[in-house]
Amino acid sequence: MSEKKATSAKFYVHDLDLFYGSFQALKKINFQIAANRITALIGPSGCGKSTFLKTLNRMNDFVEGCKITGDVQLDGRDIYTSGMSEIELRQRVGMVFQQPNPFPKTIYDNVAYGPRIRGVHRKSELDEIVETSLREVGIWDEFKDRLNKSALGLSGGQQQRLCIARTIAVHPEVILMDEPTSALDPISTMKIEDLAVEMKEKYTIVIVTHNMQQANRISDTTAFFLLGELIESGPTQDIFLNPQNKKTEEYITGRFG
Amino acid sequence: MYSKGKEKTWKFFVLLCGLLMIALPIAIGIFLAVKGNALFYQYHHTLGEFLFTTTWKLKDDLVGGGKGGAAVFIVGSLIVCGLALLIAVPFSLAAAIFMTEIAPKWGTKILRPAVEIFVGIPSVVYGWIGMTVLVPFLQNVFHLKTGRSVLAGGIVLAVMIFPSITTVAADAIRAVPVSARMAAYGLGATRWQVTHQIVMPAAQTSVLTGVILGLARAFGEALAVAMVIGKTPAFPKGIFGQTATMTTVIASRMAELMEGSEAKAGLWTIAFILYLISLFFIFLIHIIAAKGAKKNK
Repeated sequence: MSEKKATSAKFYVHDLDLFYGSFQALKKINFQIAANRITALIGPSGCGKSTFLKTLNRMNDFVEGCKITGDVQLDGRDIYTSGMSEIELRQRVGMVFQQPNPFPKTIYDNVAYGPRIRGVHRKSELDEIVETSLREVGIWDEFKDRLNKSALGLSGGQQQRLCIARTIAVHPEVILMDEPTSALDPISTMKIEDLAVEMKEKYTIVIVTHNMQQANRISDTTAFFLLGELIESGPTQDIFLNPQNKKTEEYITGRFG
Repeated sequence: MYSKGKEKTWKFFVLLCGLLMIALPIAIGIFLAVKGNALFYQYHHTLGEFLFTTTWKLKDDLVGGGKGGAAVFIVGSLIVCGLALLIAVPFSLAAAIFMTEIAPKWGTKILRPAVEIFVGIPSVVYGWIGMTVLVPFLQNVFHLKTGRSVLAGGIVLAVMIFPSITTVAADAIRAVPVSARMAAYGLGATRWQVTHQIVMPAAQTSVLTGVILGLARAFGEALAVAMVIGKTPAFPKGIFGQTATMTTVIASRMAELMEGSEAKAGLWTIAFILYLISLFFIFLIHIIAAKGAKKNK
């Protein structure tokens, strides 16, 4: 595969095909993800948006029979063929999952996990990382007196914000969010959305969502997937106010999906 | 067809089975306690003598007056079982990790049934193979007078408890939610880091249960150990030395002694101690499980 020089985009995806065995889950995807923006991936269940998200940090590698062709470049380097390790990639491209999945450890150890596996062991350094990470997601004051309590005792919304703190503790450049609020109540959802908007100053955010209002509220760019194809993408306002493709229009006006 | 009478009959039957399950171990415990107590009440030995002295020369008559020190057998059991654990646990954990984390596909298809076959092999077969293969092997390799030794007993026991620990540990590892693994991989952890920092700690409690079950089985095994350990009633001189364990002394003497005699009473006391030890293991498992459940709240 050629190492085409990408544009200023953070991710440059060219002719991406993805197969699960003989089933083609993604078809000729061409897409660019702009740095320091929120990109929303929308579409009905099974359309390939989550699959696409997971190609960006190679979490699809765990799916048996998954085969990928085409270019996926991060800052101009192909993440599959340039010899970049998954370890390095996943440090640069962090992930927040649909179900909050804190480790069965303390709040402190959850946030410190990423730095620790990269060899940070000095207590003072870890303390600082834990504090700044929790501050960044706005839960430091809430959690500072119970850092040594198990993370499993927290509410779903708190757990999800803790998971975000855990992700940013390793200073990623990109954060992938796979329907991060689908398991949360409306107030927690709002907090996560506000947080995402604040975070785009520092990070590039790609979010998969089933919630059209959510995509509309927080994203700069929206991409609409259907049956493994990228139907349409562009500035969020354009997609929602003036979709070019009939299928996009039908989906966002709720006629199917 | 539904009938109230039938329903009641079945309910009664099931209840009876349940009660029997509870009554049986209690009855066995009472029986052993009564039989074992004869050594102390009828033949006037002390618990101190039984636990802490080493001469086991009880008389096979109703008068008594012999010496009843079981320390050798107790220590022998502890050493052989400890050695068996030391050998089996690393292999079991490695095998469990291999069949769940590294090769889950043929791990479950081929390795698991293979490990389960181990469980079904009767202990006399293990002992026999130990006797004909392992004992001469140890003898030749280490230039011993005989290969019958604590080490031989430990190895045979290790092979016997390996499958139980492996199966329980593999189940425990498999029960760790995929989401926890994915979270760690998502942070850039390597497979080794995920396994030993996330999966193993989460599976720890159940793995420990498996280890204790293995230990309980090791403590209770008589035949296979008796065939390779040498059955010498003395403390072993190192791992190549010979000794006897609580189970081997019962197995080798029970048939020849007179019922009601001092010597027989001594064996019953040992049997009672074994019963108490297994009770202890069961309680230990429950305590650990309860603690684990609390920790995960």
